[in-house]
Amino acid sequence: MNKLEQQQFEYLLRLGDSDLILGQRLSAWLGHAPVLEEEMATGNVALDLVGQARSWLGLAGEIEGAGRDADRLAYFRDAFDYRNVLLAERPNGDYAYTIMRQFLYDAYHYPLLERLSASADERIREVAAKSLKEVQYHVRRSSEWVIRMGDGTRESHDRIQAALDDLWMYTGEMLTPDEVDQALLETGVAADLERVAGAWHERVREVTAEATLVIPDESWMQQGGKQGRHTEHLGYILAEMQFLPRAYPDARW
Amino acid sequence: MSKDWPLWEVFIRSKHGLSHKHVGSIHATDAEMAMNNARDVYTRRNEGASIWVVPSAQIVSSAPGDKEMLFDPSNDKVYRHPTFYEVPSDVENM
Repeated sequence: MNKLEQQQFEYLLRLGDSDLILGQRLSAWLGHAPVLEEEMATGNVALDLVGQARSWLGLAGEIEGAGRDADRLAYFRDAFDYRNVLLAERPNGDYAYTIMRQFLYDAYHYPLLERLSASADERIREVAAKSLKEVQYHVRRSSEWVIRMGDGTRESHDRIQAALDDLWMYTGEMLTPDEVDQALLETGVAADLERVAGAWHERVREVTAEATLVIPDESWMQQGGKQGRHTEHLGYILAEMQFLPRAYPDARW
Repeated sequence: MSKDWPLWEVFIRSKHGLSHKHVGSIHATDAEMAMNNARDVYTRRNEGASIWVVPSAQIVSSAPGDKEMLFDPSNDKVYRHPTFYEVPSDVENM
């Protein structure tokens, strides 16, 4: 790979890995969700995200040109080779925590895909346009839940406010461009994260206001996921997710 | 938890069907959630083109005890059923 291809590969891993890890996290609710309807809804969102991850990682493999397909990239890389944003690997916590994590991601994911639907790269445009329809539903659903819990009972309000307070420091990373984002923005391939951040802030302000939640003060933001520096949680997620294909590499569905 | 959530009846119009058909019920606290849940529970395999959700409490149903009164009288009047006509062969759907 030349330098540009290397950057595209990194960029696609970030898109794919964030979707994949969040999808894996959400899947852990199956069999444990508070009500049947939420279990189905969570499973649907998880499947959407894993499906999108498959497309992004497939593209990454094509650009790398080393014979790795989406499965190979998903199951045979270690934590330091993963490029997901840290928010995606936060534990599920209670249902308010899962919903807030989802909302903060969806509110970023939607404007991101909107921009990518106009990418200079046709393959990225196609995946983004297809994913956008799914994510439009995700963000509507998670926004409604944030409002319902925030403006609900005392207990639901306290729990979702606590989730917002705890997760806030993991939101800066996905909205802050680094040199890969910058280089690919100049070639018209990547999304303009400043504009994504603008849309994100606007939606988060609107929804939290309606939910009677208080946005935490500007504080220090965690970062590193996009460069492969992860929290202690990712190793456990991968251990569970990758066990079967690593133990039985020839296993077929 | 779900015992506090009202029940809603779900009607789906499929891509092939002309009218909405009752497919089942879901629990939800409000209309938006009912619509989302109906979508998530009943249209995961591309079944739907349109969804109606109705609070179950709003549906007025006939009482099982009224079955004879409501439905039996039409049974012994064969002239109510259009079985004495010959359907022209050009008519496809009757």
